[in-house]
Amino acid sequence: MSLPHNYEMVIGLEVHAQITTQSKLFSGSATAFGAEPNTQANSIDLGMPGMLPVLNAGAVDAGIKLGLAINATVNKTSVFARKNYYYPDLPKGYQISQYDKPIVEHGNIDIDLPDGTSKNIRITRMHLEEDAGKSIHDMGATNVSYVDLNRAGVPLMEIVSEPDLRTPEEAGAYMKKMRTLVRFLGICDGDMEKGNLRCDANVSVRKIGSDKLNTRCEIKNLNSIRHVMEAIQFEAERHVTVWESGGEVGQETRLWDPDAHETRTLRSKEDAHDYRYFPDPDLLPLNLKQERIEKIRATLPKLPDVLKQEFLKMGLAPEQAGLISSDKDIYDYFMKVPFRDVMPREIANWITGDLFAVLNKSGKDITESPVSPEDLGHLMNNINSGEISGKIAKQVFATMVETGDDPSTIISKGGLSQISDESALKAACEKALAANPEAVAKYKAGNERIFGSFVGFVMKETKGQANPELVNTLLKSLLA
Amino acid sequence: MSNLLTLTATQALAAMAKGEVSSVELTQAALARMEARKHLGASLLITSQHALQQAEAADKARKAGAGGPLLGLPIGIKDLYCTNGIRTTAASRILENFTPAYESTVTQKLWDAGAINLAKLNMDEFAMGGSNENSAFGPVKNPWDELRISGGSSGGSAAAVADYQCFAATGSDTGGSIRQPAAMCGVVGIKPTYGRCSRWGMVAFASSLDQAGIFARSVEDTALLLQTIAGHDEKDSTSAPLEVPNWVEELQKPLTLKGLKIGLPKEYFVEGLDARVKQAVMNAVKKFEAQGAEIIEVSLPTTEYAVAAYYIVAPAEAASNLARYDGMRYGLRVEGNGLVDTYTKTRTAGFGAEVKRRIMVGNYVLSSGYYDAYYTKAMQARTLIANDFAAAFKKVDVIMAPTAPTPAFKIGEKSADPVAMYLGDAFTIPASLAGLPGISVPAATVEEGGSTLPVGLQIIGNHWQEGKILQVAHAWQTMSGFTPLAIKE
Repeated sequence: MSLPHNYEMVIGLEVHAQITTQSKLFSGSATAFGAEPNTQANSIDLGMPGMLPVLNAGAVDAGIKLGLAINATVNKTSVFARKNYYYPDLPKGYQISQYDKPIVEHGNIDIDLPDGTSKNIRITRMHLEEDAGKSIHDMGATNVSYVDLNRAGVPLMEIVSEPDLRTPEEAGAYMKKMRTLVRFLGICDGDMEKGNLRCDANVSVRKIGSDKLNTRCEIKNLNSIRHVMEAIQFEAERHVTVWESGGEVGQETRLWDPDAHETRTLRSKEDAHDYRYFPDPDLLPLNLKQERIEKIRATLPKLPDVLKQEFLKMGLAPEQAGLISSDKDIYDYFMKVPFRDVMPREIANWITGDLFAVLNKSGKDITESPVSPEDLGHLMNNINSGEISGKIAKQVFATMVETGDDPSTIISKGGLSQISDESALKAACEKALAANPEAVAKYKAGNERIFGSFVGFVMKETKGQANPELVNTLLKSLLA
Repeated sequence: MSNLLTLTATQALAAMAKGEVSSVELTQAALARMEARKHLGASLLITSQHALQQAEAADKARKAGAGGPLLGLPIGIKDLYCTNGIRTTAASRILENFTPAYESTVTQKLWDAGAINLAKLNMDEFAMGGSNENSAFGPVKNPWDELRISGGSSGGSAAAVADYQCFAATGSDTGGSIRQPAAMCGVVGIKPTYGRCSRWGMVAFASSLDQAGIFARSVEDTALLLQTIAGHDEKDSTSAPLEVPNWVEELQKPLTLKGLKIGLPKEYFVEGLDARVKQAVMNAVKKFEAQGAEIIEVSLPTTEYAVAAYYIVAPAEAASNLARYDGMRYGLRVEGNGLVDTYTKTRTAGFGAEVKRRIMVGNYVLSSGYYDAYYTKAMQARTLIANDFAAAFKKVDVIMAPTAPTPAFKIGEKSADPVAMYLGDAFTIPASLAGLPGISVPAATVEEGGSTLPVGLQIIGNHWQEGKILQVAHAWQTMSGFTPLAIKE
């Protein structure tokens, strides 16, 4: 997508990723998704008098992991600060966040663009903070609001990029890469539907060639990659229209309305909150020892960019290598398939071909696959060892999907084993030649293309179970 | 029965141990006195039934040979310690009907040690004040002269202990809220090092300054209760992971005063200090000198910035700490027309004038454009003040100073002038800003307007040196010749 009048977009994203910890950032309450409202909130989350926060070490470790994965500086000292504002879903009247001393600064990631190229995006900072609760406004006759504090205090990472993104596609690619990264690191589920990965987009426009930063607007709470891209495109076009008509874009916080397909003013700069940040006196500065950082570095899993290179070396096609290294669920499935080292390319083909076709048809996710990675591996091994032919394998696979049985059961029950018994096959080959004397004559006269008909005859005779390589050899020796 | 109540806590515990008196008897006597002396305003809620049940259980435990070091001892609790199932108000309308479902760490330790909870005691609203006139439920009268203030913010605790309504009480000290009322009421009050006690379950005023502490009539009692409530708490990140010494045992060992280096900060003996208070403190210093102590003049040059820095940092933290009282989940709620109106009406009705003043000041100094000029500067001043003390403690063992510049003034006398009231904290605030331990012990009595009024001697120690200041205060108590208030019937 591009802009008229020679404009380009300047986009920065603030990604909020919910850290997968058992308990909240500063209290022992559970963080499970979908619990009954207000069943996962204790006295600390409720902001009762005299309650004090205690920092969750697991969330800090997750922050360190992200910092290391994006080649950033992990600050030895960071400070939690209070962001003060009033809202019923913010029980203490302040959010504990990090302000001028965040845990992570100066990182960068490579994003993968649809045309196969990649681009480096700088990351300004990442800080840890607690989430607010959830307000549900009943706009009906009662006009009441409900507050659910289950989410209050849930740990978040706020990852802020530099304004290095230039198109909605780049913004989408950035979100995808960030989701992949946090999922491979095991620090966030990355599920945008459940809201555990969401983002705010800062958008401005300028004439191509200019390095000026014009007034930006912030679009809040975008909860799908499509919304991110659409909202940015809309907002950028709106800016171009304003500038081109001689107007001035005002600094605003806006909301994306996906139904109306437009952004709308939430508040203008004049209404911006003064959050009165100051260091939280209930928490000591967070001091990290190099030892702790190194210990975490040693446990970092292989990350997508490295995995992709490894898969390419293993012989996977670039597209498959890209796909398997960027989707944690597909990656996990692939890594569980036995005999993966022996025939990586074949296994990747089956996953992205036959298995995906089945999943697409049934609308299932790979984590709900009717065929387990173990069974798929054994099926592949059956082909490789000559137990069954590729053609029979397709049939066995269909039965696996249907019944959930493992391949060896299906093969033995159906008597589908490939016939590799030379004497049995020789008889079938002789029969094929005997039954087609004219074809034999043509073959001998130099028409080699007719050879296929002999193979076809043998396959028909053996219900497709003949070992095709052996049949070839036998037929050729008989015809010699 | 009144004689029982004039025992020290240590004596009362010994009497119970010997079987001379039961906890039920002591508790009944204390409860009766508390009821009879209600007009002083020291208590906000007398928990008679609860206290008697605890006392019966204590007596049973004693018979069974069980129980902790405070078994059966009736005490009072400043009403900012959350007590499970017992109303806790912080002397504010906004928490008038608030009953916590949890127990503060400090009070839990007291109950675990066997203490009996007689009452929740009056205080300045949210501990903001130095005269106890800011309580939403009325001032506390000084038992030495009922027309005068008890001091604050722990005025109820100081008055209840001085008036023999309980053997000891908890307090909390943010800028002098234990030491100053102890001085005004002629009892002992200690604020330990910041981080020595857990703040978990204490209604917060200014988190970087608030610290739990003890009132009692003897230094020995103070040591006993302080070592009970002190200690690391994993629920409070600012509580120090340090072992708690046995201060009572340390007091048994005789302290050699010869060679003890006592620092006198010249900035504390200045204009505004009542001549009689100065005299009382200097008399004490001379007695130490006569015993062989070395008196060294020290300088704490940044003292003059302490009150200003305090009245920026403390309100800033308070404004944020008190934001939770919004009428949404607990406490007072005054229904308004929509959200903002409900917030406004609730907080307008729920908070008193001084609390509102500090919330406004706090929000102002933290606001964009003013933060650096006020909050940042105040924090820098705080560092300098701490550096001054650190330099002084290279030369001396303890610092001696007056606790408050004057004896207790009359109720209403300074109500119209908050700044004059704030300056009354000038001698206690510096140690609070530096996080240092301080104790106030009765120095002498002075005569004023026909009343006899006590004056306090403040002893400030280096970080974690509670043992040292307790020893020096104990030495003083044995030689001071101070006459405590006679029990009034």
